[in-house]
Amino acid sequence: MEITTGWYLVLGALLFVIGGTGLLIRRNPLVMLMCVELMLNGVNLSFVAFARQLDDIGGQTVVFFVLVVAAAEVVVGLGLLVAILRRQPGATADDLSALRG
Amino acid sequence: MVDTLVFIIAAAICLTGALGVILARNPVHSALMLVMTLFGIAVQFVAQEAHFLAAVQVIVYAGAIVVLFLFVIMLLGVDRAQNLELSILPIQRWAALVFAGGSLLLLGALIVVVNEPVTGAEAVGGTASGDENVRLLARSLFSDHVYAFELTSLLLVIAVIGAVVLARKPKATQSAAVEEQGDN
Repeated sequence: MEITTGWYLVLGALLFVIGGTGLLIRRNPLVMLMCVELMLNGVNLSFVAFARQLDDIGGQTVVFFVLVVAAAEVVVGLGLLVAILRRQPGATADDLSALRG
Repeated sequence: MVDTLVFIIAAAICLTGALGVILARNPVHSALMLVMTLFGIAVQFVAQEAHFLAAVQVIVYAGAIVVLFLFVIMLLGVDRAQNLELSILPIQRWAALVFAGGSLLLLGALIVVVNEPVTGAEAVGGTASGDENVRLLARSLFSDHVYAFELTSLLLVIAVIGAVVLARKPKATQSAAVEEQGDN
C-alpha cells in the first residue's frame, strides 16, 4: 500500500473532527484551547500534504504563519483565562454566560 | 514500505493523543497527550520533507505552547479532575454528535476521492524536497510574503502586550493583597 496525499488529508480531517468534538463537549476552558490547537494541527497537516503534492512551497509558508498566529492566540487566550479564573476560581465555560450582553 | 510503516505508526500516535486530549479528565493529562499528538504531526512533516516545519513544530508547539498550558494549569490550580458526565449540557452532546457525524460523512467522501489526482495551480515556488527545503521556505517568506511576515511581528508584540495587560493584577486588589499579607 502506498501512502498518497489522500491519506494525509484523512488524518488531518480526523484530527480536525476530534478537536471540534472536544471543543463542543468539554467545559474546561483550558482543554477547549487545547482542542483548538488540535484543529489547527489537522489543517496544518493538510497544507503540508498539498504543498508536497503540488510541489509548491507556498503551503509550508502558510503553515508557518498558522504557527505564529496559534502562538499569539494561546498567549492571549491564557491571559484572558488567568484574568477570569482569578476573579472566579474554578469557572467553566458555562459560568462565563454572564458575559452575554 | 518504510513510508507506509512510518505513516501508520505516526498516525496511530496522533490519533491516540488527540483522543486522549478530549477524554482525559485531568487537564495535565490532556496537555501531555497534546505533546504526543504534536510529536506525531512532526513525524508526518518529516515524512513529507518539511524538515524546517517539523523542527519548528517541536520547538514552538511542544516546547513553548504546551509549557505555557502546563504553567497556567499549575499557576491556577485547576488540575482537579473534571467529571465528564456532569459537565455536559444535553444539547451539547447532540451538537457534538451532529458535528462528528457530518464530518465523518465528509471524511468518507474524501476517502472515495483519495486516489483521484488533485488538480491545482502549477508550482510557483519550485520543488519542496531535499536540503533545499529551508532555502525555498526562506525565499518564499522574505520575497512573496515579506509584508505578511512583518505583520506577524506586529501581531506578536500586540499579543505580548495584551497578555501583560490581561494578566496584571488591578491596582486595588494588589494593595488589598499586600494588606492581607501584612495582617497575616
